[in-house]
Amino acid sequence: LVPPPRLRELIRTIRTARTQAEEREMIQKECAAIRSSFREEDNTYRCRNVAKLLYMHMLGYPAHFGQLECLKLIASQKFTDKRIGYLGAMLLLDERQDVHLLMTNCIKNDLNHSTQYVQGLALCTLGCMGSSEMCRDLAGEVEKLLKTSNSYLRKKAALCAVHVIRKVPELMEMFLPATKNLLSEKNHGVLHTSVVLLTEMCERSPDMLSHFRKLVPQLVRILKNLIMSGYSPEHDVSGISDPFLQVRILRLLRILGRSDDDSSEAMNDILAQVATNTETSKNVGNAILYETVLTIMDIKSESGLRVLAINILGRFLLNNDKNIRYVALTSLLKTVQTDHNAVQRHRSTIVDCLKDLDVSIKRRAMELSFALVNGNNIRGMMKELLYFLDSCDPEFKADCASGVFLAAEKYAPSKRWHIDTIMRVLTTAGSYVRDDSVPNLIQLITNSVEMHAYTVQRLYKALLDDISQQPLVQVSSWCIGEYGDLLVSGQCEEEEPIQVTEDEVLDVLEGLLVSNLSTPVTRGYALTAIMKLSTRFSSVNRIKKVVSIYGSSIDVELQQRAVEYNALFKKYDHMRPALLERMPIMEKTATNGPTEIVQTNGETEPSVLDTKHPPPVTQPANQVRGVIISKYAGLHLCNLYIGIPPMTAYNKNGLKIEFTFERANPNPNIAVITIHASNSTEADMTDFVFQAAVPKTFQLQLLSPSSNVVPALNQGTVTQVIRVLNPQKQQLRMRIKLTYTHKGSPVQDLAEVNNFPPQSWQ
Amino acid sequence: MQFMLLFSRQGKLRLQKWYVPLSDKEKKKITRELVQTVLARKPKMCSFLEWRDLKIVYKRYASLYFCCAIEDQDNELITLEIIHRYVELLDKYFGSVCELDIIFNFEKAYFILDEFLLGGEAQETSKKNVLKAIEQADLLQENIDFQMRLFAGNFGGKPNNPCCSIRSVALDVNSPPQGQQKQHPSNINTDFEVTGLLFSLISQPSCLK
Repeated sequence: LVPPPRLRELIRTIRTARTQAEEREMIQKECAAIRSSFREEDNTYRCRNVAKLLYMHMLGYPAHFGQLECLKLIASQKFTDKRIGYLGAMLLLDERQDVHLLMTNCIKNDLNHSTQYVQGLALCTLGCMGSSEMCRDLAGEVEKLLKTSNSYLRKKAALCAVHVIRKVPELMEMFLPATKNLLSEKNHGVLHTSVVLLTEMCERSPDMLSHFRKLVPQLVRILKNLIMSGYSPEHDVSGISDPFLQVRILRLLRILGRSDDDSSEAMNDILAQVATNTETSKNVGNAILYETVLTIMDIKSESGLRVLAINILGRFLLNNDKNIRYVALTSLLKTVQTDHNAVQRHRSTIVDCLKDLDVSIKRRAMELSFALVNGNNIRGMMKELLYFLDSCDPEFKADCASGVFLAAEKYAPSKRWHIDTIMRVLTTAGSYVRDDSVPNLIQLITNSVEMHAYTVQRLYKALLDDISQQPLVQVSSWCIGEYGDLLVSGQCEEEEPIQVTEDEVLDVLEGLLVSNLSTPVTRGYALTAIMKLSTRFSSVNRIKKVVSIYGSSIDVELQQRAVEYNALFKKYDHMRPALLERMPIMEKTATNGPTEIVQTNGETEPSVLDTKHPPPVTQPANQVRGVIISKYAGLHLCNLYIGIPPMTAYNKNGLKIEFTFERANPNPNIAVITIHASNSTEADMTDFVFQAAVPKTFQLQLLSPSSNVVPALNQGTVTQVIRVLNPQKQQLRMRIKLTYTHKGSPVQDLAEVNNFPPQSWQ
Repeated sequence: MQFMLLFSRQGKLRLQKWYVPLSDKEKKKITRELVQTVLARKPKMCSFLEWRDLKIVYKRYASLYFCCAIEDQDNELITLEIIHRYVELLDKYFGSVCELDIIFNFEKAYFILDEFLLGGEAQETSKKNVLKAIEQADLLQENIDFQMRLFAGNFGGKPNNPCCSIRSVALDVNSPPQGQQKQHPSNINTDFEVTGLLFSLISQPSCLK
């Protein structure tokens, strides 16, 4: 009978395959042969067959039928079998397979084998992939081996113990006695693994941490010996003695010194020594320095040492090796909050890193730069960052733009500078700014009253150049709509006023409406802007014409607006000037839901959703003009449901509740109802809570009320927004429950609201 | 360290060592994604990248990429040294190692790795000691094989016979024998000829740090 091909023979054969199909065929053939060989329980060639299976597994082919065979190999007495068996187990088996547990007994036996290499295989396998059950069963054996004098086994047992502790943290205690004299070992392998074990224990348990603090002097001594001792060929790496051990000791010291003054003091000298004496020409020395810096920054070190650490990082930034620069930036980012001034000293080097070729370095340099911006360096820093924004990869532009806006908002030296900066961002990275930038910028511009003429002029000029960047176009449209009168009257003080006619302006806006580059949202902005100009320009007829054309636009959103604006011209012309008046100063607030900036008219306190004193309802124009700027959707004039009159939902005992309607864009199935609760009695209604319920086919969302006190004598209203989802367009009905305290007594009432106008749900 | 992958410039996997429990499907997915990400990196970029919630440290030696996934608190620079140490071990063991050595002797590459790292951490920081342990283990393996072949003829049966007991007499393996003749790593089972030797992994001066 022909023996099965050897492993390397098979590898050679498979590599001659010229196509994937050919390879697959060979593999299938061999797998079939191996399978039958397994079935025949052939002991001789089992090892060879499993090895071949492992090769095929690495190529990506299924090998699960070999799992049991691995177990048989592990159970064999032959070392070759065990070696391949354990390898197979580590590659093919994982915790999830039940078969995994069958290994436990074999491993237990092998942990007690007479040959240390067999014991080593068992320890390695257990420490690499032992499940919690296995760890529980075998922890005792591992603990025994941790106390052996055989350093070959002791070092493996230590790492195996680390794995056991990770899997079954409760077992940590049992390893404590064995750790007693681990650090007195001379063998570096044992030392290294012991330090890893101690680190694991200290990280997991505060008790262990306090217990092991007494090891600090010993660790310091070991580290000192490593640095001071002469050349040791066995452990030398480029002139440094056992860098791996040095790094692990430094890391353990970090954990022991953290939040403990005495330990931190005890390690102060050695840290300074390592920091100043370590050779920095090669990566290995820098690896140690890096770990040292991390330790210095994390423990309670004195300020001189901290400055030393940051200076090391500063030197790293100048290193030719980009890996070193990378870790320096990462570390500086972590320390910039706590050691801000020290990091500031390296600002120019950091800014230079913006020009680095490596993407990760650039990103870190950008983040760090933003962290270092303050009132003193804003102008210089912004210049660099804007330059970076111009030339950086698209993946950075959004974050950089946001960073610039934030920094500008915090530290802008002047309003003009602020607006110029925003303009620069919009024109260079306009397509990348986040959605919420548009309403934020609109608010900023609105509030910079003295800059209106300058702003609209600059934005207009920008539009002439480029209409492809939507956020820029949206902000510009809005501004032109608001301040178009300043534009044509040439009132700009900051720079040379441009000469532009009303028709030219309308040309530009109409151009936006027809351009393929404009998104539907942008078109909405443009149309609204044109409409607003009807009260600022004299060419009202032209505007009327445009508006009526779009009354039959395919775009439903545009159509709806156009129809309403038409209605404004025809039926509500007397209200038009008030409605389209200049926006007053806005105040931004944060609520639980999307940020809403609620517009009010004139000098009264801005009404926000949770102020205690909602403004008095004055003109009808106010009610109809609900301008809500949603954080994510940009600015819309909400569809003025002038067609739907408000309704009285409830009127009893002096409490009157009126509903006003809007439709939420873009979902036409959602009706947005605002309740207005007013109180005509002489006493306030306190603890006012409005609740609503709808039939099953609807969904209801109640936003926060403006207040829970309805003031007496109609001095104010409590408003609250209800959103009703009505996908089946059924008749809207609602049951409401009112609770409040009036003149000291609690009042509760239930009512049905059935008189919804059909337009609110059709 | 959570895992280590070795792959060629064409994206073929040459070694995978996982220190965290994951299903075969997950491992395949991670491998595919990571290989793609690393192969897309340009030569001027640094050896570290962030991927999911891990730090990836990779380095190319000739035609092979060595790629490790470490955790947030691990030191990237020393991981580069770990990778370099492993390459040095392979180089010493195979003698001017190249990718072909690792393809044809993948199980040895694993054995060496398992003598250097355990559970993702270095178990031995002395190059000499790691190589010595591998040598001894190989000897153990070979001696059995050698004994097997020696006696197979006489006993004429399956090698699962008393010759195993001879092994323990011939070699006291608990104390590594001094002055034992160093045998070049198991060529007994190697029956191919090296054709087209690729560049040695370490011969290029830029790799030596």
